[in-house]
Amino acid sequence: MTIGGFGALAFLACLLAPLVGSTTIHLSRVFDRSIPFADNVDAQIFFVARLPRVLAAALVGSGLAVAGVVFQALLRNPLASPDTLGVSAGAALGAMLAITFHADFSLLSVSAVPLASFAGSLGALAIVYGLSAARRRGQSTMVLLLAGVTLTALLSAVVRFVQYLADFTETFQTVRWLMGSLDVAGYGPILAAAVPMAVAFVGFATLPRVLDLMSLGTEAAAARGVDVTRAERVALVSASLSTGAAVSLGGPVAFVGIIVPHLVRLIVGADHRLVLPASALFGAAFLIGCDLVARTALAPVELPVGIVTAIIGGPFFLWLLFRKA
Amino acid sequence: MAAVPKSIRTSARIVAAALVVIAQATAADTPRRVVSLVPATTEMLFAMGAGTIIAGVSSYDHYPPEVETLPKLGGLLDPNVERVLALKPDLAIVYSTQTELRQQLARAGIPVFPYVHRGLPDITTMIRSLGTRVGFGAQAGALADGIERRLGDIRARVAGRPRPKTLLVFGRQEGTLQDIDASGGYGFLHDMLDIAGGADAVGDIRRESVQMSTEMILARAPDVIIELHYGASLTPTRMESERHVWDTLGSIPAVRNGRVYLVLGNEYVVPGPRVAAATERLARLLHPDAFK
Repeated sequence: MTIGGFGALAFLACLLAPLVGSTTIHLSRVFDRSIPFADNVDAQIFFVARLPRVLAAALVGSGLAVAGVVFQALLRNPLASPDTLGVSAGAALGAMLAITFHADFSLLSVSAVPLASFAGSLGALAIVYGLSAARRRGQSTMVLLLAGVTLTALLSAVVRFVQYLADFTETFQTVRWLMGSLDVAGYGPILAAAVPMAVAFVGFATLPRVLDLMSLGTEAAAARGVDVTRAERVALVSASLSTGAAVSLGGPVAFVGIIVPHLVRLIVGADHRLVLPASALFGAAFLIGCDLVARTALAPVELPVGIVTAIIGGPFFLWLLFRKA
Repeated sequence: MAAVPKSIRTSARIVAAALVVIAQATAADTPRRVVSLVPATTEMLFAMGAGTIIAGVSSYDHYPPEVETLPKLGGLLDPNVERVLALKPDLAIVYSTQTELRQQLARAGIPVFPYVHRGLPDITTMIRSLGTRVGFGAQAGALADGIERRLGDIRARVAGRPRPKTLLVFGRQEGTLQDIDASGGYGFLHDMLDIAGGADAVGDIRRESVQMSTEMILARAPDVIIELHYGASLTPTRMESERHVWDTLGSIPAVRNGRVYLVLGNEYVVPGPRVAAATERLARLLHPDAFK
């Protein structure tokens, strides 16, 4: 069974990735209860550095991949991605503002920058949602796409403006954030991102049949009893929530949301009952794998994971695409 | 007189005349209106007593306080050529890498003094050559000598003491242990740490800045972590909470022994005349006993 294969891949990735890293650790020491945790370097590397990182990669990878699937189906455009509707740009703007103005607030052990980026993504979602709600159904897809592209351009310009105003040490920090990083050093940020992500996945669970019908066109879907407006909104809100949570946790990791859905479709076909779960699982495995390369290829220094996703994912995707042709 | 051959007298006259010409040329060439687009050279000019000849500074200049009233002319990436030209400077100090700006200034006939910086020794070299260029050679020489002497004193004080393995962090996402950048195996910060008697925890990595992962910090297990903060002044409570962010990594000796220090001050981003005082601050944190 295909889903089983993707599940096994994701499971193996979660299991094996924490065993590898830039330093050598011994599992016997990691699980040695006789050494106090505070003194056990191997255990700290395993439980504080590697495991949260692998879990963050899994969460971010599956969140972005599924959001990509939903945006592509919703907008009936193969180039749509979690970035298309301005949600990522909104998240980036939130993070930039928090970094530049040294925002000092936190909520349930989550610090200002991820909170602000999540708030930014919700702000962008509110604008897009408001715009789509103002349109009559049936026309919304094209308008939504244009509005999203425009909003992305607008918010990106504001991001650059904020960067321009910043001092160069702050600019340096914002550039770091924009490169994306899954090194979250703890479980607090992961739990915080998991909450909106879970809400989004509940939304996604209602979507497979609807998305299949909607890919035939909204008229056809409506004729078969789909409440198109409602379905579009569920899809929009879920995909945006999931994108916002992923970006606030790992920064804007490029390429996952566009490449994973297409890779999965090349393997399992167009049926969303397969594409959605397979993308979630493969997205997790793909980002765990890319992050593994990012943290070991040039060890002890690291590559930004966004570079790896594009360098590994790009040629692999092109190969798959042209092998078929 | 007769004992001196005529040819020697003639040559002496020629030499004397040449010296007068050179001196006049230098005097005519001594700038009166200098724009400094580099924060470090602005500080150098003020420190050598040449603050009065500065007509404009970069947008990143914040020290000494006198710069706040001077025209701001943009920065490394966005110099405002129009404002520079409008000030009619007779010397512009720019980064050596600002090629386009240098060409524009050359076309406008404005002499350029290129700023080069690679490491700490360049600071005093730059002070001396800049001082000579602006006609403050003696003052600049004294300033540079003073800095070198003070750095030598610091080095002598910490000599022979065990050098704690130190992680010098200059960037971190506030409130988290994410996006950490530390000083690597060369550059101004690395040199300061070396003089202050610390062993750079990532000194083997030949890069000016090293992006630090949590795993790498745990594996390197520094004895001391010094974190530099600039710009916005952090309140004492905020400093304390930022320091406690490190508590997650309890196995690191620096965390366990309470040797995580936050240092506030933009002298750590400006390789200028405050380098000796800045280095001494580091040395006092690393070797408190040496300064009793």
